[in-house]
Amino acid sequence: MDKVADTLTPVLTKRWLSPRSWTLKTYEQLEGYTALRKALAAHPDQIIAQCKDSGLRGRGGAGFPTGMKWGFIPQGDGKPHYLVINADEGEPGTCKDIPLMMADPHSLIEGIIITSYAIRANFAAIYVRGEVLHCIRRLNAAVQEAYAAGYLGKNVLGSGFDLDVVVHAGAGAYICGEETALLDSLEGKRGQPRLKPPFPATAGLYASPTVVNNVETIASVPYIVNGGSDWFRSMGRERSPGPKIYSLSGHVERPGQYEAPMGTTLRQLLELAGGMKDGIPLKFWTPGGSSTPLFTADHLDVPLDFEGAAEAGSMLGTTALQVFNETVSVPWAVMKWTEFYKHESCGKCTPCREGTYWLVQILQRMVRGEGTPSDIDTLLDVCDNILGRSFCALGDGAVSPITSGIKYFKDEFLALCEANAASNTAPALAGAAR
Amino acid sequence: MSTSEEVLAASVLDPAETERLANESVVDTSVFGEDVVARARAIIARYPQPRSSLLPMLHLVQSVQGHVSQAGIAFCAAQLDLTAAEVSAVATFYTMYKRRPCGEHLVSICTNTLCAALGGDEIYRTVREHLGSDGKPLGHEETSGEPGAPGSITLEHAECLAACDLGPVLQVNYEFYDNQTPEKALELVKALQAGERPAPTRGAPLTDFRQAELQLAGFFEGREADLDGPSAAPETLRGASIAADRGWTAPSMPDEAEFPPVPEKK
Repeated sequence: MDKVADTLTPVLTKRWLSPRSWTLKTYEQLEGYTALRKALAAHPDQIIAQCKDSGLRGRGGAGFPTGMKWGFIPQGDGKPHYLVINADEGEPGTCKDIPLMMADPHSLIEGIIITSYAIRANFAAIYVRGEVLHCIRRLNAAVQEAYAAGYLGKNVLGSGFDLDVVVHAGAGAYICGEETALLDSLEGKRGQPRLKPPFPATAGLYASPTVVNNVETIASVPYIVNGGSDWFRSMGRERSPGPKIYSLSGHVERPGQYEAPMGTTLRQLLELAGGMKDGIPLKFWTPGGSSTPLFTADHLDVPLDFEGAAEAGSMLGTTALQVFNETVSVPWAVMKWTEFYKHESCGKCTPCREGTYWLVQILQRMVRGEGTPSDIDTLLDVCDNILGRSFCALGDGAVSPITSGIKYFKDEFLALCEANAASNTAPALAGAAR
Repeated sequence: MSTSEEVLAASVLDPAETERLANESVVDTSVFGEDVVARARAIIARYPQPRSSLLPMLHLVQSVQGHVSQAGIAFCAAQLDLTAAEVSAVATFYTMYKRRPCGEHLVSICTNTLCAALGGDEIYRTVREHLGSDGKPLGHEETSGEPGAPGSITLEHAECLAACDLGPVLQVNYEFYDNQTPEKALELVKALQAGERPAPTRGAPLTDFRQAELQLAGFFEGREADLDGPSAAPETLRGASIAADRGWTAPSMPDEAEFPPVPEKK
């Protein structure tokens, strides 16, 4: 890197400042659809190769290399190919894709057209959570505008490439953010994860090769086409390049969306956000939503990219930085999150369905002051029986707040149980009356 | 409805009794008129395979009745050549499909951890006490007033609504009301009860639950003005605004970025 990038690097968020930023007119005035023209003049495999070179990694949480995912789609197989956009944003703390689609829906649509051309898909669906009506409205209008302007439909811009895009509203199920559950839901079924393999790249939507990508990932594609892979790599870190939208929420002075190079730290972001609200010190935070293990004030300088977060014992997730100050009880927060996972567990896998139910029972009684120190061991034991034992990552995510909460704040859990410590030390069944 | 000859032939009962039993299980779907059938067909036409239209079609059903009734399930099943059990299995899986008639408005209050810590639990408690009767607070997914009547409100506590930087948030008919307090939320709910429709913080002028469901089914005709409103909330723009003020930018792009060569086939 020749020059150190600025602290904030608005790429995806830059156009949001413009008046009526969601319209085609504004988008076209600000270089909109120039990348599409460029891409349509290239060979589809060149676009896949460029995406691989750029090092772009999935922005939906898992960080899988995007170009590699596209490359898994078998070509010349005679089957229809599909692109599905995961816009089912619902991981607690995550609030980047909805504002992006609300303010700049055409950037997503341009990314969809380029990606569909690259993977040879003629149908793409945007699966957006149902509870965000205004966002759905703007997306729908943008799709209509794109059709009218010849960016969608038959023979896109005279290239011979056809593409239809549908905006599909979900119906309130967090699990549909899991890509195979999303595909089942898009097929009109209960949103329950599938066993993998086969992966969506070989048997996805309607059992055909399918790429499922997050909104922020696909919205990044037009910029990579226009700027090139070296430009993209001039931000961020070697293995996690590019800019990233960091979403700050909770007890900070100025919560909001901050787009910065990958590897930015919470200390840097807090400084931009005016520090902790009312000066009350930081206690704990999530680096990427509630499914990523908690961090504490000791982790302020962890570089927030895929490697940095993992090396410090958590995950980058969706860069949803939920910040909590000293007034918040960790066992209470963990209980609330566990209630969420219990509600959203789809019920397919026994460890997750039953485990989250019992975890809630134990945590609720601890918070009521009716727990015992042995409940902590029971919690960890139940967590151990969920982690890695379910089809999808919901179960793994559900145990993250509990195990990390106990790891860093065990004293708080113990303090809740103090009154009962002497009276009952024998391990009890979860949910047993005290 | 007449019973098919095949059924009459296969039955061991006399034709009149067979006819009676066969029709007993038929649900009256006449509430869904020709316009609704036309919309259902339009939804099916959007997808490569018909069954993909089931989720939007259930939203459509709610736009007619304010919930998914047995008739709504039978309607979807008939449109898609599915069994009622198959449709029911889907309708009961998703939180947004309501099994009981909803009020004119649906109020959803986020009580997930972050919103709760910022006051969401208190907001929910305040509103349910206000909407309750006989000293009993209104419960989750319960309705205050005659469902569908003006001023009636169905209340629910919601999971994370993806607006955490604007928390605590609540929604009315899935439109956002940001940065709420118990006082603001109470004032909003009282206004809704009085037949007013206070504007959301972001989003379109408020309508009602059924109109919102029609839009979720993908029908926006005549509502172009709804698109207006701010591009984003001030919170959403904080990073971009600071960068603009301080002259921070992403590195400039090269004039002409080349694509890599077409990879050779292995």
